[in-house]
Amino acid sequence: MRDYLVLRVVAKLLIGFMVLFALYVQFHGDFGPGGGFQAGVISAAAIIFYGIIYGLPAARAVVPEWLVETMLAAGVLLYALVGVAGIVLGGNYLDYFVLGADPVAGQHRGIFWVELGVLITVAGVMLKIFYLFAGRAGGEEPPS
Amino acid sequence: MIGALLTMMAAVAVAIAVQRNLFAVVILAGAYSFLMATVLFALDAPDVAMTEASVGAGISTVLLLGALHLAKSVEMKPLRRPFLPLAVAVATGLVLAYGTLGLPAYYDPQAPIHTHVVPRYLEQGLKETGVPNIVTAVLASYRGYDTLGETTVVFTAGVGVVALLRRLRRRGGKEGR
Repeated sequence: MRDYLVLRVVAKLLIGFMVLFALYVQFHGDFGPGGGFQAGVISAAAIIFYGIIYGLPAARAVVPEWLVETMLAAGVLLYALVGVAGIVLGGNYLDYFVLGADPVAGQHRGIFWVELGVLITVAGVMLKIFYLFAGRAGGEEPPS
Repeated sequence: MIGALLTMMAAVAVAIAVQRNLFAVVILAGAYSFLMATVLFALDAPDVAMTEASVGAGISTVLLLGALHLAKSVEMKPLRRPFLPLAVAVATGLVLAYGTLGLPAYYDPQAPIHTHVVPRYLEQGLKETGVPNIVTAVLASYRGYDTLGETTVVFTAGVGVVALLRRLRRRGGKEGR
């Protein structure tokens, strides 16, 4: 699709807004619809869109394979560590009340990090699956 | 409104089953997901609608098109007429439809699901967590264990795909990676 001028220009215009919308969905999830899962999918969709228009190598240059594979595990680890932080600070596992000065601030902090963990893992998995599928389709290796 | 959308979904489902061109099937599946997202939005569930639209109509369509790129785009006619699977599917559908007769009416506030922990979440949620969107409060705080499990499921699915496609690459390719 690299030869279509209209697609290239429209993609460049849209991708910035897609990433911005993902961030909005992530950080406004406390007040409006959305959260880590939706934001993860939307941000992955922005990169996938870029990959479809500009080719897989261009997408891999923006978000390299090692980063995607790290994201896969890092999100779940971050989530689990929020739980451990609750134990260390004297509460139960995944108890957010002890994370801040007062219970409501602790809840806010806990939800923030937990949602961030969900975003990282979901975006990583979506991108990894796309990279693997697109890599096979692109004739990167001979068919067995 | 919802009835019309559900009728359209049924029509799309029949079209998917009848259609032999897989490209058309992928696009129809995307349309099905988008109709589902609209139904969820009409049911006042924008969080779920957003997930359905982005995963069902967005990412799945792209992945299915990617898979289609690797395969032939026309489904072969089955060698035999699959009457037994049809009978099993129809019987299961009838049993499920019979099961819905025992469910409480949709907007019934006395339904068991609305009388267990929901009143406490709705009344205390804002005070306890300070989060106005009750869906986020339940998902990330009250049901934090469940969401940790769900994130682990997503992680496991990703690792499974990596393991499957990596192994094929090593067997097929000769780079010895």
